[in-house]
Amino acid sequence: MAEPVQASPAHEEHHHEQSFWRKFIFSTDHKVIGVQYSVTGLAFLFFGFCLMMIMRWQLAYPGEPIPLIGSLLGENRAPGGIMLPDFYNELGAMHGTIMVFLGVVPLAVGGFGNFVMPLQLGAPDMAFPRINMISYWCLFLGGVTMFASFFLPNGAAGNGWTSYSPLADIALNGQTAWLIGMIFLITSSLLGAVNFITTAVQLRAPGLTWMRLPFFCWAQIVTAFLLLLAFPPLEAAGVLQLMDRVAATSFFLPDGLVVGGEVLEVSGGGSPLLWQHLFWFLAHPEVYVLILPAMGIVAEVIANNSRKPLWGYRSMVYSLIFLGFMSFIVWAHHMFITGMGSVMSTFFQTTTMIISIPSVIILSALFISLWGGSIRYNTPMLFALGFLPMFGIGGLTGLPLGLSAADIPLHDTYYVIGHFHYVVAPGTLFALFAGVYYWFPKVTGRKMNEFLGKLHFWPSLVFMNGVFFPMMIQGLNGVSRRLADGGITYDFAGEVAGLNRMMSVSAWCLAVAQIPFIINFFMSIRNGEKAGRNPWNSTTLEWLAPSPAPHGNFDQAIEVTRGPYEYSVPGSDKDYAPQAEPAST
Amino acid sequence: MEIPYTVEAHPETGLNNGKIGIWLFLTSEVMLFGALFATFIMLRIGSDGEWAHMQAEAELNIPLATINTAVLIASSLTMVMAWASLVRGQLNKFRLFGWLTVGCGAIFLVIKYFEYTAKFAHDHFPSSNTYLAIYFTMTGLHALHVIGGMAWNAYFTGPGSKLFHTNRQWLTDRVEHSGLFWHFVDLVWIFLFPVFYLL
Amino acid sequence: MSDHADIDKTVRTYFMVFGALMVGTGATVGAYYLDVSVPVALAIGLFIASVKASLVACYFMHLIAEKRLIYWVLLLTVAFFIALMALPLLTSVIDQAGHFTSSGAPAAH
Repeated sequence: MAEPVQASPAHEEHHHEQSFWRKFIFSTDHKVIGVQYSVTGLAFLFFGFCLMMIMRWQLAYPGEPIPLIGSLLGENRAPGGIMLPDFYNELGAMHGTIMVFLGVVPLAVGGFGNFVMPLQLGAPDMAFPRINMISYWCLFLGGVTMFASFFLPNGAAGNGWTSYSPLADIALNGQTAWLIGMIFLITSSLLGAVNFITTAVQLRAPGLTWMRLPFFCWAQIVTAFLLLLAFPPLEAAGVLQLMDRVAATSFFLPDGLVVGGEVLEVSGGGSPLLWQHLFWFLAHPEVYVLILPAMGIVAEVIANNSRKPLWGYRSMVYSLIFLGFMSFIVWAHHMFITGMGSVMSTFFQTTTMIISIPSVIILSALFISLWGGSIRYNTPMLFALGFLPMFGIGGLTGLPLGLSAADIPLHDTYYVIGHFHYVVAPGTLFALFAGVYYWFPKVTGRKMNEFLGKLHFWPSLVFMNGVFFPMMIQGLNGVSRRLADGGITYDFAGEVAGLNRMMSVSAWCLAVAQIPFIINFFMSIRNGEKAGRNPWNSTTLEWLAPSPAPHGNFDQAIEVTRGPYEYSVPGSDKDYAPQAEPAST
Repeated sequence: MEIPYTVEAHPETGLNNGKIGIWLFLTSEVMLFGALFATFIMLRIGSDGEWAHMQAEAELNIPLATINTAVLIASSLTMVMAWASLVRGQLNKFRLFGWLTVGCGAIFLVIKYFEYTAKFAHDHFPSSNTYLAIYFTMTGLHALHVIGGMAWNAYFTGPGSKLFHTNRQWLTDRVEHSGLFWHFVDLVWIFLFPVFYLL
Repeated sequence: MSDHADIDKTVRTYFMVFGALMVGTGATVGAYYLDVSVPVALAIGLFIASVKASLVACYFMHLIAEKRLIYWVLLLTVAFFIALMALPLLTSVIDQAGHFTSSGAPAAH
């Protein structure tokens, strides 16, 4: 029950005397919570990446014992170090779940949204600080549930991150734990979304009108609405599937289902398609939950480092809002192969083509923003620039999937995996790295090392493409996804099966390429170059607060006088005009 | 540090934070129950005319459910009366109406308990057919909301009412917001009752 | 609504709404015993339920005189709610799509 508990003022005044636990663990400060979210998100990204690296061994060298850790996985998962197909399925399902719901969303929305948005709004904190804390701990419980499910007797959920019924209804693995974990995660997102929207509506600094709001805040607001309105149907679907598994109902089980040669003893009468509809009603907006905050971060970094206002700020904002709307009526383009007939397909193809327009507008506006700028190639900017073409490839390869004629042959191949990962891995993740490097000084008061940052960026860019581009080639050759042996037993895969080794080696090299980041991250907390309030000469409000900002954020009254990206204003004595600077100077 | 507009209204929106927060939360609740109603419609359409048969077989207790509907509507009345008492500054009346609201919720749950056990006694389980499945799921989820609302109201009527002496306006607003949730739960039941029992 | 005269008026409204809701409940149950055909019963039942729900929302939840922002949020929700309600209809159209169109789509179940 989300009770909007307001922070009691009397209680807040005593905050400085609070114990370690209240200050760093059960804190109500949005910045501490933002850091908690970010660290949790980064840890789960790493964990999800590890799952994938084990999978990639199986794909590159099917049936060979996994080196180093093979013996540690246990006899029921990998006897003699050789991975069982069931374990491969678990890894696949949990990789998707963890990366999406426990990696990217906590980092992009919970982490950056929580830390940066109130600062950019000039607010002292979130509107409901205690709800904010509860939201984080719900996520934490969800994460623990998901992680712990690996140690269940039958292993973790292994029915794909989409958990399609009827398989997920009758599977003996940890699907029930997956559902319980998801209910925690959904609760966390709902509480967060309520908080974000209320904060943006109520706590903007004086003078900060809607069209003076940084693009990042807009992205967070639209994202919050998507989470608020799209997640509950999945929660409902989760409850129904839980009932199917626990109370033996038949919401998603049709009549006369035969399993293992015998008719399943259930009442039947349900519809497996219903799960797909409810799932994708959330999961398509969820894709925009993954990408919109990333676009927001990239917009901030590009405006700041090209020393130019964003090109077409208004059209970007309107595109964003339109994108949010449209994302609710495109979901069935994930379901062309369910045989839904040409009438429905036509409708969803049309909406899918329409939704590509605002994405293209935003991406084009970001490209044009670079034109004629005096660009600073620091690490955040490199990641932001890397985002643009990578997301471009991801987006454009998605167009064939939005048309049912092209989707039907491509749908179950690696092409889909390649497309989606281009959007989310070198797309969203690069933007998130840009955000980490960009706002690190605000969190710690110190900059991250530039050399190590570049050592992180360039290999990552190369190896990301090394992992995901061959997937497109494989997919166009018809290699099915979800296969534990990488398709080598199929004749048509013969020509391109060898690419599996290249992709796997790229993935492991990608892991090595993250080492500079990890070293940089921990070393810079203590030894990084000291940063003042505004190390990047930026205009938005978060740079007005001290670095690191104290509880309550600002040590001065704020009166916003101008738009968010007034860089290189003609006739001005410096090349940026902070939002809160009086207009007369 | 104090969060602005916790009690007083924002000059532009005319609302305090809590009011916006609770309404946003209710929109998500609308989508939650909306998805379940959509499921209901789909199962009914997909039942090939078996629905009426399953419904008749379930033998839901209409008189008990009618009483329960009246109980919930009455609890909505006591809820608004609790709020109105606070507006008038009558703490004792507020407590009386607050506990009456919680009491109505309890009566509702007790009646629901008897309904459920009667079904179980006749071997009617969620697994029996899709009608009973969606019936138990939706009414069960609704009952969970009733429990949540009762806890919320009990807190403000009991320990939370101390706020009356330090910040009466704040308590009044909080009770209004918890009332919004309570009325929403009532509103869901107004649909559940005819949909499951009568139609 | 802090004025005492105002609140007295509001309380009177509450009791009238309460009465109307009770009457509505009686009417719904009464209609059940009329033994009309299923479509008519559905229409009557859902109509009375909608009227009752509107009364609760307008008066108990104060929506009759609420601020604009709340209306906007609810309008947005209604839009998405309609998309959500289209879902079962879509699925049932999908079931019959094979019959309506020449696409020959198989029935979903």
